[in-house]
Amino acid sequence: MSIGWYLAVSAIVFCTGAFGVMTRRNPLVVLLCLELMLNGANLSLIAFSRMWGNGDGQILAIIVMTVAACEVCIGLGMIVAIHRRRLPIDVDELRELQG
Amino acid sequence: MSSVLFFIAAIGVIAGAIGVVTFSNPFYSVLALVGHLLSLAVLFLLLRAEFVAAAQVVVYAGAVMVLYVFVVAYVGDEEQSLDGVLSRRPRARGADGRKATGALFAGVLLVELLIALLGSGLKAVSGDGAPYAPGPKTFGTPAYIGNLLLTRFLLVFEASSLLLLIAAVGGVVLARRRRGLEDDEERDRLTPLDILRPRGTGTMVEGVEGLALAHARGAGDLGDEHRDPDGGGW
Repeated sequence: MSIGWYLAVSAIVFCTGAFGVMTRRNPLVVLLCLELMLNGANLSLIAFSRMWGNGDGQILAIIVMTVAACEVCIGLGMIVAIHRRRLPIDVDELRELQG
Repeated sequence: MSSVLFFIAAIGVIAGAIGVVTFSNPFYSVLALVGHLLSLAVLFLLLRAEFVAAAQVVVYAGAVMVLYVFVVAYVGDEEQSLDGVLSRRPRARGADGRKATGALFAGVLLVELLIALLGSGLKAVSGDGAPYAPGPKTFGTPAYIGNLLLTRFLLVFEASSLLLLIAAVGGVVLARRRRGLEDDEERDRLTPLDILRPRGTGTMVEGVEGLALAHARGAGDLGDEHRDPDGGGW
């Protein structure tokens, strides 16, 4: 398969994740959609890495996976803290920082 | 063969992504993301990224998704009831507009990305990639990745390990049980327990000290059945 097919799949996955981030209201699902966007970026990184026969893109993909794991850790910790304070788990209701 | 595998895996990837976005129950979204990650690992294998595919399956689809399932099981049921009671008014107000705007933005982004990636007419994009010869230390194998990580990208590697440490500590600090956030009866129940807590049952250092203390006392007076009640807590 040519590299372009993989890039098309990665673009579709990225846009699906962006749609979910914009429309969903549960922060858990928003985090999942962020994972989708990161995975789309990862797929294009690895496709470009294959295109040039160079491993740098794979290293960058591994680093992206690390950052995604850190983001999941912090995000889920925040969701558990929100749950402990009996606040609604809804990104539309949590708007104190917005003023 | 490889193109058949590509289309099966690509359909799995896209179906998993759409499932994550459309399922209303977050638990099903997590399961859809697991399917998405497994299909994505097949695509990585087709792109000769063997180590990244294995790490994806083990770390991502294994560990991170288990964390998600735990949090969904901890939070999820209450979220449903809150979703029904508290937030009916904002949903009725803005759901359709948000969905249309999101779809519009995502569609525009997709068209733009496809133009940027495929419409540029680059010759390398439509090719099959660089020549590849299988072997123990070629492109994408664990030996290759490890060599790169420990030579050229050593600083990145160390920085990411530091980032992981900070995220682990931050997750513990964020999700721990804070004093002052409990209910009143829970706080009243906890306070005398804290005062009367026997030494040696609190921190790990205290526990080890209590263990050493009890061991020394057992060696000192053998056969003495009477234990000091606050000598080690056990």
